Amino acid sequence: MAFPQPRPQAPQIPQHLLRTIDCQQGAVRAVRFNIDGNYLLSCGSDKSLKLWSTSRGTLLKTYSGHGYEVLDADGSYDNSQICSCSSDKTVILWDVATGQVTRKLRGHAGKVNCVQFNEEATVILSGSIDGTVRCWDTRSRRYEPIQVLDEARDGISSLKVAQHELLTGSVDGRVRRYDLRMGQLHVDFISSPITCVCFSQDGQCTLSSSLDSTLRLLDKSTGEMLGEYTGHKMKGYKLDCCLSSKDTHVLSCSEDGHVYCWDLVEGSLSLKLPVGKAVVQSLSFHPTETRLLTAMEGRVQVWGADEKGSA
Amino acid sequence: MASDSDSDEDFVTYGTPLEPLEEDEPLKKPVPLHDQTVKDEKGRYKRFHGAFTGGFSAGYFNTVGSKEGWAPSAFVSSRQQKAEKHHARPEDFMDEEDFSEHGIAPREITTSQEFSSSRRDEAGEKARAISAQAALIPGDTLLEELIAPARSSIGVELLMKMGWKEGQGVGPRVKRKARRQQMDGGGKVYGCTLPPAGSEESEDDDEEFAPENVTFAPKDVTPVDFNPRLGVQGLGYRGLDPSLALLGHGTAEHIDLFKPQSETRNRLFGDTKSSSRRGGVVGQAFGVGALEDDDEDVYHRDSMSRYDTILGEEEPGDSLYGWTAPQQYTKKKVRSKDASYLGKILEGFTLAQKPLEEKTIFPPPCLPRDYRPVHHFRPSVDVSHLSGVSPALAEALRVSKGHMVKEEPQQAGRHQLDSGQRRALLGEDTLQGPSSVMELLRPEDRQRLLSFRNSSNPPSAKTSTPVSGHASQTSGKSAQVLPASSGLQQEALAAWRGIQTSSQTFKPFEKNPSKQARYELYLSRLKQGDNDALEQSLDPGMTEWERSREREEFVRASILYRPTSSSLSSRFTRAKDQEDDDSVEVSQDQEGDLDDKQSAVKMKMFGKLTRETFEWYPDKLLCKRFNVPDPYPGSGIVGLPKVKRDKFSVFNFLTVTESREAAAPPKPPESGKKSRWDVSEQKVEKKKEDPLGELLSAARNQTETKVEHTPTPALPALPASISSSDQAPGSKPEIKSSEQQSSEQKKEGDEEEEEEEEESRPPMDLFKAIFASSSDEKSSSSSEGESSDEEEEKVTKEDEGKVDSEPLNLFSIPSSSSATTTSSSATTTSSSATASSSATASSSATASSSATTSSSATASSSATASSSHQAAVSTQASEQEEEEFGPKLPPPSAALIRGGAASMCPPIKEVKTGKKSKEKKHKKKKHYKHKKEKKKKKHKKHKHKEAAEEEQGGGAGEQEGEDGQVSTDELLKRLKSIRSHQMW
Repeated sequence: MAFPQPRPQAPQIPQHLLRTIDCQQGAVRAVRFNIDGNYLLSCGSDKSLKLWSTSRGTLLKTYSGHGYEVLDADGSYDNSQICSCSSDKTVILWDVATGQVTRKLRGHAGKVNCVQFNEEATVILSGSIDGTVRCWDTRSRRYEPIQVLDEARDGISSLKVAQHELLTGSVDGRVRRYDLRMGQLHVDFISSPITCVCFSQDGQCTLSSSLDSTLRLLDKSTGEMLGEYTGHKMKGYKLDCCLSSKDTHVLSCSEDGHVYCWDLVEGSLSLKLPVGKAVVQSLSFHPTETRLLTAMEGRVQVWGADEKGSA
Repeated sequence: MASDSDSDEDFVTYGTPLEPLEEDEPLKKPVPLHDQTVKDEKGRYKRFHGAFTGGFSAGYFNTVGSKEGWAPSAFVSSRQQKAEKHHARPEDFMDEEDFSEHGIAPREITTSQEFSSSRRDEAGEKARAISAQAALIPGDTLLEELIAPARSSIGVELLMKMGWKEGQGVGPRVKRKARRQQMDGGGKVYGCTLPPAGSEESEDDDEEFAPENVTFAPKDVTPVDFNPRLGVQGLGYRGLDPSLALLGHGTAEHIDLFKPQSETRNRLFGDTKSSSRRGGVVGQAFGVGALEDDDEDVYHRDSMSRYDTILGEEEPGDSLYGWTAPQQYTKKKVRSKDASYLGKILEGFTLAQKPLEEKTIFPPPCLPRDYRPVHHFRPSVDVSHLSGVSPALAEALRVSKGHMVKEEPQQAGRHQLDSGQRRALLGEDTLQGPSSVMELLRPEDRQRLLSFRNSSNPPSAKTSTPVSGHASQTSGKSAQVLPASSGLQQEALAAWRGIQTSSQTFKPFEKNPSKQARYELYLSRLKQGDNDALEQSLDPGMTEWERSREREEFVRASILYRPTSSSLSSRFTRAKDQEDDDSVEVSQDQEGDLDDKQSAVKMKMFGKLTRETFEWYPDKLLCKRFNVPDPYPGSGIVGLPKVKRDKFSVFNFLTVTESREAAAPPKPPESGKKSRWDVSEQKVEKKKEDPLGELLSAARNQTETKVEHTPTPALPALPASISSSDQAPGSKPEIKSSEQQSSEQKKEGDEEEEEEEEESRPPMDLFKAIFASSSDEKSSSSSEGESSDEEEEKVTKEDEGKVDSEPLNLFSIPSSSSATTTSSSATTTSSSATASSSATASSSATASSSATTSSSATASSSATASSSHQAAVSTQASEQEEEEFGPKLPPPSAALIRGGAASMCPPIKEVKTGKKSKEKKHKKKKHYKHKKEKKKKKHKKHKHKEAAEEEQGGGAGEQEGEDGQVSTDELLKRLKSIRSHQMW
């Protein structure tokens, strides 16, 4: 009580390149932080999935077992398991330490675009180009999904899980939010094919990027649009978007080789981060710190607020 | 024998009777001993371990283990952590049988020793007694009780503290004298009388010596013990009685081998005479095996004196006992009944004073000799079938039958009913789909047939039964001249006029009974040749729009489902049962209307318009895995619930436009399950079907020039321009303006392209389609939409009428000024041309044009209306626009536009010129660059004003807003379908 509260710092943007990792696994399709941000996963087009240390940039483990390029991966809350999905229509559950395939889940009719653990890593949710989201049980030995969500009329491009809610973005231009607790499905029509959806950290908003080069921040409960972010280029690729760890900024990949960073409230472009010449394929924001991962071609870059990366 | 049956009634039967022996049955082999198994209530085998070791099961389910099984414990011990000593309690080795009521350690919730009154501890006593019996020396507990610490319950302690002493009663101290008097005075004692105690007498005796001022404690009273019945045993059951066990006297007594009642039964009835035979525990719970009747005292020494030497009991008075002497026997039974009851009454029961009333069972009624269990209805005369009968006679006939039938005449028999009537009787649903072949014929053929038929048989000859609701009367009316407003109506009238029978009319509006009723009314009027049948049958309570809609639906339905000649329709019968259900299960989320949402997205009106919420049933296991309670416990559904939808509703035929639209969805993202990432980037960009991409590219084309001029982002520049403009107070935030502008431009571009595609088609239809859509769009129920050209024209006319009255002031000013400018205008984009020209034509047309798509012309004109002081400026602005965009048009006459069917003329030219001018526009783009820039600034201003107006203008403004969202490709779809429909 004696000490005043520390003055709130101005929100920082990761604008300094801290490290570049050459992954040597072909094009990096997706890059993801693990649950605490100490490690990162890179999904390569050479069928391998690699685990790296964020701080040192060293390769820790390579997970090979997929039959085609890996498209997405997610780590469990206890860092003991990794799930990944691939163009070979499978979802694989890996054991982190041994690098062995714990379970290989087949059932999707097309390539699997996105995969997520639920909070307790009891369920793997995978969204595929076949328009279904499949919920796989990691606890039982069943190889059939618990439930198949086939409401989407086109491929699922992105999905996120937050507590009891499942958010999916589909190429049919709709963002669907499945509320397990209420037993409701909310469908927001965006019209343009959705490339990526996110929950805000406070769980009150959903962010969706679509192929009309627009990011939209929608109120979760009502579906009203709270903000719209444009300026980047997203017309053909399935590119990622995300919110910063403190919900201050909205970030998106762009096909012009930049990462665009908007102020969430004002909607103004606060940073146009030049990553390279090619398309920025994927990005991931550190769960707590101001740190950003970008994937372009075969490289993963780590960005921080300061030169030293202390932030 | 009769006496025997009587005596049967007197017996009370216990237990399950043996199966009656059948004579032919071969003797059953007795089950050998080793096959006689005992099972517990769960079907597990019980093994008998002997009487002393606990009956049937020993240990934990006949094992030496415990619930956890036998687990060797690993030796873990260190200096810091000593090995834990695990004390196994005897309970660990007991199973539920042991804990059960009759087990070794019965478990029940009891008052703890401390709080219980001392007499209550029955369970403990029981257990102690049992253990005492099991112990080496019987009665071991006596010693134990001697050395047991004196324990007194809380209640006793409390009483002691209050001055109570053992042996005293509880209550205020009383004077002996008073009590005495009281005792004497109370001649009658109600309720429970105190048990007379012997000690009282002695106390009474020394009452004389008691001084006056000395009070005494009240006498101790043993309260009446009301023991609630616990457990599930039968009446009169008594558990183990330790006291008896201890007091058991081992004197041998007479064993009555032939006594009908066993010992236990005696005990059960509380037979006090027969005392317990032997020492030890006596009761029903212990030591009695399932395979034997009673615990025989096998180790007792026998003596002959205990046996009977004569057969039977002592002889009754006469020597006829045991012989067939019924009379005496029954008499004796009656007497002995009471006697036997006496003393055998269960605890807490008394003998009834009067016997139970016997239930009298009445015999069933005797059936008359000639009764036949089949009812025959009298054949009745169907009045309606007698065509030549006078109404008075018919009425008389009806009355004579005793039926006051109004609509449904008495049916002659089931073979005379047609399928519809049977259906009505059975309460079945009507079948969907056309009811006869005639409906499948082409209209012309039908017409021919009908005319032929009408001429051949006179209308009065019809003798078919009318279906309820159809008042079919003779129609002597001749067709009158109809107003030229509706050709379809005329057609319908021609089709229906003079037609009497409609035994099987198709019910197109069955889902809506009132609507169906109105439709039937309309049909009946049509049959009478009523000219204004339509107007009369509509509900005056509905809104104008609803009525117009219904009107066109009715006309259409009446034409589609023309009545058939009964001769033809009688050749065909309807299927008795529906082969397949007429509805398909459609997932719930496919219901929504895409166009509204699309336009809402374009307007950036996210929220209610774009959101849909469905019930969604997650899998039970999924909920479990997510640690969430099942939101719909007990429901078997998983996923989205399905909704039923008609496979063939009328509107699949009626609203051809909409169904076509659905069949050919204009939006590729929804149409196929082809993913976007499969195709290369260029392909995606090139995809011209994508409406939004199209829009964007169009918008980009338009804005390119402007962007060149203003290199800085548009956003910061905007507020300045807006602030300079004169705003209405309720205008929207500034940021919106750029978006709106761009969306506006998108629309323009969209229309341009659509119209390019449309060049080959007659634009008259386009115009109609536009107007049709404007009326259609208002209805959320697209399924009911029906696009008949003339009907929709009527709708629009009425809409015009509506609009005319309300926002007239908005458009009154610019109508004249812009009218002049239009004529002078040169080239412009087609859309703005359409809008502006129609705007100039008349105020009503302005409303409708604004309904099609919002355009600059409308915006400007409305802007002038709202801010009158700026009127000059904005008219100038519109002039400029017209210079830019307005194609050379023949000055449209207002009369033409108002004049119904003729109103299609000007738009044809407009569209055509628009297309022509399109090419010009591109050439002149650079030329007019500076002007465009100006124009765009104006746009911003006007947009705002329009927005403000929309807010002010209430319903009219809303209408505009909604109608403005009709995408042109949709209109085209409609147009196509209309045309195809006409062909058909």
